[in-house]
Amino acid sequence: MALDKATVTKIARLARVRVAESDKDGLAGELSGILAFIEQLNEIDTKGVEPMTSVVAMPLPRREDKVTDGGKQDDILANAPEKTAGFFTIPKVIE
Amino acid sequence: MTSLTDLTLAEARDGLRAKKFSAAELARAHVDAMIAARPLNAFISETPVIAKAMADESDKRIARGDARPLEGLPLAIKDLFCTKGVRTTAASHILEPFVPTYESTVTQKLWNDGAVMLGKVNLDEFAMGSSNETSYFGPVENPWRKPGDNKSRVPGGSSGGSAAAVSARFALAATGTDTGGSIRQPAAFCGIVGIKPTYGRCSRFGIVAFASSLDQAGPMTRTVKDAAIMLRSMCGFDPKDSTSVDMAVPDFEKALTGNIRGLKVGIPEEYRVDGMPKEIEAIWTKGAEWLKAAGAILKPVKLPLTKYALPTYYIVAPAECSSNLARYDGVRFGLREKGEDLTAMYEGTRASGFGREVRRRILIGTYVLSAGYYDAYYLKAQRVRTLIARDFENAFKEVDVLLTPTAPSSAFARGEKTADPIAMYLNDVFTVPASLAGLPGISVPAGLSSDGLPLGLQLIGRAYDEETVLRTAGVLEQAANFTAKPQTWWKQ
Amino acid sequence: MTAPTPALLKGATGDWELIIGLEVHAQVTSNSKLFSGASTEFGAEPNTQVSLIDAAFPGMLPVINAFVVEQAVRTGLGLNAQINLRSVFDRKNYFYPDLPAGYQISQYKQPIVGEGIVTVELRDGSVREVGIERLHLEQDAGKSLHDQHPKLTYVDLNRAGVALMEIVSKPDLRSGEEAGEYVKKLRTILRYLGTCDGNMEQGSLRCDVNVSVRKPGAPLGTRCEIKNVNSVRFLQQAVDFESRRQIEELEAGRAIKQETRLYDANTGETRSMRSKEEAHDYRYFPDPDLLPLELTPDFVARIKASLPELPDAKAARLEKELGIAPYQARVLVMEKESADYFEAFVAAVQKRTGKAQKDIGQDCANVVVTELFGALNKDSKSIESSPISPTALAGLQALKMDGTISGPTAKKVFEEMYATGKDASAIVEEKGLRQVSDTGALEAMVDKVITENPKQVEQFRGGKETVITFFVGQIMKASRGTANPAMVTELLKKKLAK
Ligand SMILES: [Mg+2]
Ligand SMILES: [Zn+2]
Repeated sequence: MALDKATVTKIARLARVRVAESDKDGLAGELSGILAFIEQLNEIDTKGVEPMTSVVAMPLPRREDKVTDGGKQDDILANAPEKTAGFFTIPKVIE
Repeated sequence: MTSLTDLTLAEARDGLRAKKFSAAELARAHVDAMIAARPLNAFISETPVIAKAMADESDKRIARGDARPLEGLPLAIKDLFCTKGVRTTAASHILEPFVPTYESTVTQKLWNDGAVMLGKVNLDEFAMGSSNETSYFGPVENPWRKPGDNKSRVPGGSSGGSAAAVSARFALAATGTDTGGSIRQPAAFCGIVGIKPTYGRCSRFGIVAFASSLDQAGPMTRTVKDAAIMLRSMCGFDPKDSTSVDMAVPDFEKALTGNIRGLKVGIPEEYRVDGMPKEIEAIWTKGAEWLKAAGAILKPVKLPLTKYALPTYYIVAPAECSSNLARYDGVRFGLREKGEDLTAMYEGTRASGFGREVRRRILIGTYVLSAGYYDAYYLKAQRVRTLIARDFENAFKEVDVLLTPTAPSSAFARGEKTADPIAMYLNDVFTVPASLAGLPGISVPAGLSSDGLPLGLQLIGRAYDEETVLRTAGVLEQAANFTAKPQTWWKQ
Repeated sequence: MTAPTPALLKGATGDWELIIGLEVHAQVTSNSKLFSGASTEFGAEPNTQVSLIDAAFPGMLPVINAFVVEQAVRTGLGLNAQINLRSVFDRKNYFYPDLPAGYQISQYKQPIVGEGIVTVELRDGSVREVGIERLHLEQDAGKSLHDQHPKLTYVDLNRAGVALMEIVSKPDLRSGEEAGEYVKKLRTILRYLGTCDGNMEQGSLRCDVNVSVRKPGAPLGTRCEIKNVNSVRFLQQAVDFESRRQIEELEAGRAIKQETRLYDANTGETRSMRSKEEAHDYRYFPDPDLLPLELTPDFVARIKASLPELPDAKAARLEKELGIAPYQARVLVMEKESADYFEAFVAAVQKRTGKAQKDIGQDCANVVVTELFGALNKDSKSIESSPISPTALAGLQALKMDGTISGPTAKKVFEEMYATGKDASAIVEEKGLRQVSDTGALEAMVDKVITENPKQVEQFRGGKETVITFFVGQIMKASRGTANPAMVTELLKKKLAK
């Protein structure tokens, strides 16, 4: 299925990636090409086939309920582009 | 005596223990080679000071008679493994300033076993690519060129820096990661050995995620024995990774008996794809003959869904990547582009922080997961994935290991495939199926193309049966007797 | 299931029926977070209870907390719900600064707990069964502080990754009162189970309310989701406001827009949330970092066997085995701590007096509900901070029951105990409050009061027998309540009849 400019705008917004207006047509073309390629899968009958949820056949490991982490505010904030008084800071969010 | 950088990992290990040279000397030789090889652009961050300190510690250990399995051996680390105090970029602008305060499990295991870090090597941005041309830090040069031709060849990807470093002999070995072929294909392009173990063997903790259900770390070395040695150090259960398998790690080196008498080797007919170069077919046939000559039994097997593996992969991997890369939002680490409000900050940061291929995959992944399309694309792909895994299960009822080419061509010229994403994706046509099924796969250098570039053969094994894969690879290696080396054109 | 009695709302165009469903987010009681080893403690310095996993650093991976899984199963069993032996964790993808990974790990198509039932008693004594649609586990988000700086929002991730149970009801509720009682009941059950502390002020229990209206019998109307409702009182206010708003809209000929609205506790109103206007597409898919969660029937059976007695069962037992009036039984079980207090009290009284619980239960209930709860309420004190322990109160009760003190004296001693924390017998001894049951002493008091009040004696003998209460009162007053009132009455009758 060909992907149009409006759809590019929509998914770019969902993915929070700015796409220049001038780039949208080109991108729509590239993405449509990829979609056409992956749509080969429609040739396969998958009725009644369970989707793979994991390649590993084992039970989900569970850990003990112990406090083993935290107390490292410095590490948490070490790479922050902006911080103040132990908080990350960002442009104000208006609710 | 051969130069220190020409030693294999095993030879260097034994030489250090026999005190033929010191770890400091070994490290210095590699650091010098690394600096000399800067034209290859294989490193994003060189860490000579760390290498020196680690080597000095190794020399003390060796003097005490307290050497660990990888004591004093200089390695290159793909810049996708988080290394404490050392910048880790995933070859992306968005992580350009990022310095982790933590160490990945795999690299920690290597350091615990005494290995020495030379630096962090280049890759395709976030491991997305098959030619190492998507790196924010520029493309990596393949050390190999056609004789008499100075055109740049790609090293393959995404572990292109790792492959180049090992091939050009400025690291004894390197870590790689493989999501759809990112260890095996560059290994083939650069004439080295690369093994992707079974999904779950190596911990993913601390490795920048691309596609979680596919990502696996593995070693890239010049010999099968080196791969066995290094893989043993990298593997093992990690309680910090819920998909890590709690299973004993075999002594892989011991598996290299050289004996494959009676071993059943499957030749999957579907890997004979349209337009495959004659010399790829020829090397494949040769490989089969070598194994047969060593006592293996060849059997044709059917893997009917092979052609659908790539389209499946290009749904599953982008879907997972679109979600895995959402954390790069400019809030807690990495790049932030200022914006008048939060959305502007997000969109600006992610538009300028991610390169074109990464953005393309994020958008495709977002699309295939979005409302109304999930069932048609993502769910469909996961169902096909089940069928692909089932194909392999059926094949492994009849054979012990599969032999295929690693890639459909030798290393291509830089820029040759950047304009057409699908042409680029087709590079992974032989490596992606095993990735989808989580199976171990190795690429072994098998010969040179008519124009003098390396060609690799792939062996795929049963889940957790790396031993058979390595044993067979050892036989293949011996028969191929691949001794060619790239010309050191970068030293002029 | 009981058909809901439609509590209809009057509008200009006739009656309207109100339909309410609730999504309750309950913080799971655990030491560490759902997928990391960071602490869940409330009120720490910003970003000090954060692991690299919670902050979604590159390469970080989730590992599930075994105890949280148990807590979810325990809760499911407490809600009479189906436990799903296989459940799946999904990623819910959206961008928000307090959601570090850009996705919340939640359960979408296959939750750990399926359908269940909660029984809710209403003020008029009627009982309503409210259907539970599902319960799933998910991560809490961090906290954004918008009021610290004119141009910046501050982000604290201490809460990010704390385990929540999202408990979704069916649209079975028909009034603000019902919704409120449902939340109270849910809270009681969670607290009995020990799976959530139910502290609404600290955000351990938060409600999103779905409200719609319709003409009785008509199909369901368009609903609005109200966020940020963090007390039972606000819940009722929000429902009242929102239902009136919707009726006004519809009666004015306007359609209801399906949207998320925010409850403003200051105005008691709900308003449209600007930021939520953008249509969300969460792109759920199974989290590839986790495997499906599989439980064995044994595991579930083991948790079932360890469940405490829940409020409904306890109230029924108090009624049946201790003969306590239904209303009082319900009051006693409302808080687990109150029920625990009461049961310890009854047991202590039984030990002291040797009497069967059935014979002492109702009187004990009266003391606790009327005296103790009354006093605690007046001081806004919780049962845990009661100045009188169950054993101390049993001491008082025993003195009353064996006749050492009279009923009125017991009330006085109670007040003294409550104020000073002193022991009942000490107070009785100190103040000489022992009940006088000695016939000689009582006869003297009776004779005295008869001699001193000839007029009233005349009245009695003239046939106005009710005047006897005057004499009893005089004697009780003179004896500071220590005279045994029953014996005094007997003696008076005998002497006045002469
Ligand atoms: Mg919800
Ligand atoms: Zn929720």
